[in-house]
Amino acid sequence: MAAITIDEVKKVANLARLAVSDENACEYASSLSNILVLADQLEAIDTQGIIPMANPHDAIQRLREDTVTETNHRDEYQQIAPEVEDGLYLVPQVID
Amino acid sequence: MEWEIVIGLEIHAQLATQSKIFSGSSTAYGAEPNTQANLVDLAMPGVLPVLNKKAVEFGVKLGLALDAEIGKRSVFARKNYFYPDLPKGYQISQFELPIVGKGHLDIELEDGTVKRIGITRAHLEEDAGKSVHEGFVSQSGIDLNRASTPLLEIVSEPDIRSAKEAVAYVKKLHSLVRYLGICDGNMQEGSFRCDVNVSVHKPNTPFGTRVEIKNLNSFRFIERAINYEVQRQIDLNLEGKKDQIVQETVLFDPDKGETRSMRSKEDANDYRYFPDPDLLPVMVTDAEIEAIRATLPELPDTKKARFISEYGLSTYDAGLLVQSRDEAEYFETVAKSTGDAKLAANWMNGEVAARLNRAELEFEQLPIKADDLVGLLKRIQDNTISNKIAKDVFEAMWNGEGTADSIIEVKGLVQITDTGAIEAIIDEIIAANPKQVAEYRSGKDKMFGFFVGQAMKASKGKANPATLNDLLKQKLAG
Repeated sequence: MAAITIDEVKKVANLARLAVSDENACEYASSLSNILVLADQLEAIDTQGIIPMANPHDAIQRLREDTVTETNHRDEYQQIAPEVEDGLYLVPQVID
Repeated sequence: MEWEIVIGLEIHAQLATQSKIFSGSSTAYGAEPNTQANLVDLAMPGVLPVLNKKAVEFGVKLGLALDAEIGKRSVFARKNYFYPDLPKGYQISQFELPIVGKGHLDIELEDGTVKRIGITRAHLEEDAGKSVHEGFVSQSGIDLNRASTPLLEIVSEPDIRSAKEAVAYVKKLHSLVRYLGICDGNMQEGSFRCDVNVSVHKPNTPFGTRVEIKNLNSFRFIERAINYEVQRQIDLNLEGKKDQIVQETVLFDPDKGETRSMRSKEDANDYRYFPDPDLLPVMVTDAEIEAIRATLPELPDTKKARFISEYGLSTYDAGLLVQSRDEAEYFETVAKSTGDAKLAANWMNGEVAARLNRAELEFEQLPIKADDLVGLLKRIQDNTISNKIAKDVFEAMWNGEGTADSIIEVKGLVQITDTGAIEAIIDEIIAANPKQVAEYRSGKDKMFGFFVGQAMKASKGKANPATLNDLLKQKLAG
């Protein structure tokens, strides 16, 4: 079974922009590895010809008619935003 | 040995739905920032995406037009990456089971041969918002109006071998989505965006490292960006710096005519896709597929073949006329009403196309209605005006001066077909130019053009050319 390393935890944390301390990274690595141990039990099952499950509900997607049902509520939504200007939500600078 | 260029394209077509793919917000372009972003688009906790039926229909429509496998069971997945204009932290897309599978699109090359380009897949996904970087100090502004706008990402096989082929492919697909009415094709507004993957290698060796050029918003830029990137890669190869070609995303700068690195793909490639638990599998039945097939319009290739057989047009003329559905319909109206398809095609691919080009307008913006062009061509057919005068009348029509008939009347452009009047003009010219007459009669045939020119000038271009020629020949013969 594949154990999760501390480096992998840090890499995923970075991708998700989560601040994970070294101490926590060590703990997460072992917790996540344990989850994989659980999942590894599936390896023992013959899954030949079984369609991978996309959703636990045995149902299909309900579709919406293509009509505009929403109106402008910008002012209400922006009341909880930390900072707005000219209708834009402001965030720390992002540079490509 | 020559370098072989390998190109694959990813095209994002914004679907022409009224509402977003997963919410009831409007998709109209150009609204005030964030006035079309509701709680689902803003990714507030507890909201659920509900799929737009039209977006699925449009996906199937394109699949049928590309002769592709239709995903009867397609699944939405989360594509995880961090960016502020993507408030959920993931984009809802399709990964393993897209709505459209393998298909193909035939393009015509410059020499007239047809090349088949493989389509790998096309999948439904939501667009992200927009970031505004100008005008802020150490901050960025986020507009989420575009967030959750439906997109169809159409991925080609790496079958394209030159910049010209790439442009032909993009133009064909652009024409197709507009025929189908699933995308307005507006490249300026970003409704039809192109990412190009380019690599070079020697034939019979493995493909080179590919570089992705992002967001090319005109046909011309696509060609220029590819040519620049190809040359850059060949130069690096020749200089022995092949390892400097890295898998990355670059942006084309049209002002400088070069590509520049945007971000390394290493991080970005790790999207950690998994099925989105908020959405159930999408099922499309055979009956639904057939119902959608029944709504398909006549597509460009079929129309082109019909124009050639039904109207006797050349492959070239037919190819130009079917590029847009509006133009093809316009042509048919003019061809049928005048009963002269060749005349209609000549005018549309000649004068009309040249005038549009000069004004930098699309066919859809042509200020002259089909019936009005018919009015003009009928006056050529009944010899009221010559083809040359017709061009002046056309220009006046373009400028909104009225119908062909009213312009001909107001400007007194009716062609002179009365032989007596033309004879009188010729007599005057012969009398005024004895030297030239003598030269012509002594065998200098070229002088004939001089007399035609003088007579046309004297008649202000209104003499019927055929009648003038006949009479001039008789009179000059003495």
